[in-house]
Amino acid sequence: MSSTLRQGRRRPATRVPPGLMIVGAVFALGFLAANAAIGYVVIDGRLDGQWYDIRDLGFAVQELKAQLDAINDDQPGFLDDIVGQHWMSYAVGALLGAIGILSFIGGALLVLIWVERRLIGRMQIRRGPNRVGPYGLLQPVADAVKLIQKEVLTPDGADRILFLLPPAIIFVPMMTAWGPVPWAPNMAYLDINVGVLYLIAVSSLTTLAVFLAGWSSNNHYALLGSMRTVAMMISYEIPLSIALLSVVLITGSMQLSEIVQWQADHNLWLIALLPIAMVTYFFSSTAELNRTPNDIAEAESEIVAGFHTEYSGMKFGLFYAVELGNALLVATLVATFFLGGWSLFGLEEWIPGYLILFAKLSAAYFVLVWLRGTLPRFRLDQLMRFAWQYLIPLSLFNLLIVAIEASLLARWDAPGLVTLGLFTVVNWGAAYILFRDWARRIGYQPDAGGPRRAELTQQVGGIEAAHRMGTAT
Amino acid sequence: MTTATEPYVLNIGPQHPSTHGVFRLRVVMDGERIQDMDMVVGYLHRSMEKLAEERTYTQNIPFTDRADYLAAMSGNLGYCLAVEMLSGVEVPERASYLRVIFAELQRIASHSMANGTFVNDAGAWQTPLMYMFRERERILDLFEMTGGARLTTNYMRIGGVAFDPPPEFFPAIESLVSDLPDRIDEYAELLIDNEILLARSRGVGTITAEDAINGSLSGPMLRGSGVPWDLRKAEPYCVYDRMDFDIPVGRNGDAYDRFLVRLEEVRQSTKIIRQALDGLPSGPHKTDIPLALRPDPGEAYGRVEGPRGELGFYVVSDGGSAPFRFHVRAPSLINLSLLREMAVGSSLPDAIVALGSVDIVVGEIDR
Repeated sequence: MSSTLRQGRRRPATRVPPGLMIVGAVFALGFLAANAAIGYVVIDGRLDGQWYDIRDLGFAVQELKAQLDAINDDQPGFLDDIVGQHWMSYAVGALLGAIGILSFIGGALLVLIWVERRLIGRMQIRRGPNRVGPYGLLQPVADAVKLIQKEVLTPDGADRILFLLPPAIIFVPMMTAWGPVPWAPNMAYLDINVGVLYLIAVSSLTTLAVFLAGWSSNNHYALLGSMRTVAMMISYEIPLSIALLSVVLITGSMQLSEIVQWQADHNLWLIALLPIAMVTYFFSSTAELNRTPNDIAEAESEIVAGFHTEYSGMKFGLFYAVELGNALLVATLVATFFLGGWSLFGLEEWIPGYLILFAKLSAAYFVLVWLRGTLPRFRLDQLMRFAWQYLIPLSLFNLLIVAIEASLLARWDAPGLVTLGLFTVVNWGAAYILFRDWARRIGYQPDAGGPRRAELTQQVGGIEAAHRMGTAT
Repeated sequence: MTTATEPYVLNIGPQHPSTHGVFRLRVVMDGERIQDMDMVVGYLHRSMEKLAEERTYTQNIPFTDRADYLAAMSGNLGYCLAVEMLSGVEVPERASYLRVIFAELQRIASHSMANGTFVNDAGAWQTPLMYMFRERERILDLFEMTGGARLTTNYMRIGGVAFDPPPEFFPAIESLVSDLPDRIDEYAELLIDNEILLARSRGVGTITAEDAINGSLSGPMLRGSGVPWDLRKAEPYCVYDRMDFDIPVGRNGDAYDRFLVRLEEVRQSTKIIRQALDGLPSGPHKTDIPLALRPDPGEAYGRVEGPRGELGFYVVSDGGSAPFRFHVRAPSLINLSLLREMAVGSSLPDAIVALGSVDIVVGEIDR
């Protein structure tokens, strides 16, 4: 039969030999077992800062830095006067952290491109990439090689210098925003006490590069895309910041490691305490990420590719990588702010914190992919109205509630189970009422606009029949 | 500081993700608002109508495949009906039933594609399209099984159909017809009540019933505007007068209503196929006609309710073996003529959704 003919032409998908999978599983389990063994047999359960404690890679770096400082102290050099006394540990620590973050993002991007395409494939009842390498795992590599080989065009009439800059500029905020993320109790590259502020400031820099790209392309589609981006990012920065403000209020710190520590101490993830902030933050982030349902800045069906319409080759590849990197960042920040970061109700003593965080960010990333695979796109004005009429008032209400709760928390000397439990119940109730009733208040009617099924008729006719049926408009 | 704005011209197409082929819109825009629009067609012109004057009546059937390449069966059927009218060739009953089955299968395939790309134009990331392609794929398998081709089928012949379906065709179509209602519900559930799709397509590209009739619209565009007009009922051809089915009609005449009408027509087509399969008589599947058919001088206009509307073929004979004149009434082109009225004054995303709801096939527009 015809379908068997077609299957006969199909090349079978490459399969990973089961032996390799077993070896991989043994390695993974061995790693976890080694963790537990080091933690419990060697240093008696506590995270006490020994360099061989691989549950927190920060300890090894600290040990290294201490050794370097000792060398600096033993042999004072001329650089001490210029740069500072412990310049060696500063330089090596910064370099190590940067390499760590870079390699994590690079590796995670390669894997997550594949994961996203496979997941979307499953959602769209097709297989997804499964030809290059085992299970199609090398597809991102093949794509990158292809992009590097392609010609990088600069359109006629484009501003050459400004056209060259954005792919480079846009990488900077994405990379630097990873700094304050705590991967384990002692494992943050840039553990500054204004981490939240820093994140908001750095991540909004992306707008600049996007606008530059759209402006310099000398293309109407690109300009439309960048105008949309700017309008949208300015709007969605506000609910996003207010949502984060409520996190800051309840935890009393802008330091990301402190925010996670608070969740670990109270054994309570902030998604339970701050549902409105969580939803507001997540939705605003997807708007900033240009992902469906909010991908109006590069709406394929309308403005082709938006601000990066004219970019080809690896320049486009950089935009694409940054887009995915930002999605990954948002997933990480959601996991950090609202899903407890590296904490897992005490299990973080057994499992390395960075693995816990990775599991959580994968879950958040899955939701992003899921939304992308399911929903159509808003229109620009609908999206703006959603921000200004819905998300901003909601997040302000939420801020008010959380402010009252935070001040109660500071004065009321009751056990955490009572206060936080009460607040959780109150906040979920408020979320339910606000999400539903505020939409109604600003004019949303669930069943408005006529029937959602075509009317069926047996009669035929022209306009008279239409008037007779009452369907003529 | 004062800032001045001025309208600019945006060229949408001929290569654009949402023009569904090589179709071009010159849009005068003020920011995101459309002030004026100009449609440029002709990029896919292949001069079919002139070429047809040099070929015999049977040799012209493949042209009707390639006009509306998403509904080749309907094109075949309309042309064959016209030539049969012209030459007085009788069609066996089994052939008429097979024609109904294949025309309705084609309607399901075409509407699946139309709805899928419509939701894509509204911004979905291919997912609904893929689900609708699942059904279309099985239908194309049935075409391949019977006629050997999937897209440009060239299946109908003057006086019948080219081949009788093979034995494995019937279990395959039985399982398709029994699966289809559930499969349609599957994605209808995802889409009909989807707030984003409602927000994007409700009230977009609205055409009143009067405008639709005055604009000579047909098919789902006309029915979406509330006019219950369907050639299968108004002027039944083949054996449609023996089939029991309903005409779906919209209430608002907007893009969403056209989507609903198409969705419902798929259900009705399933019903028709069911009845046609039950009533399929045995007998020959075509009448033999002379190799070079020479109808008496005269003219005929055969029309069918294609997936996109009234698909008409006007054939004039001067007694020779090739038509003296061959003209196609292409529903895509005529339905598209109201796009300017739908789009001017709205924004660019709305215009794209309105264009998607027209369901154009550029091969048919340009011919």
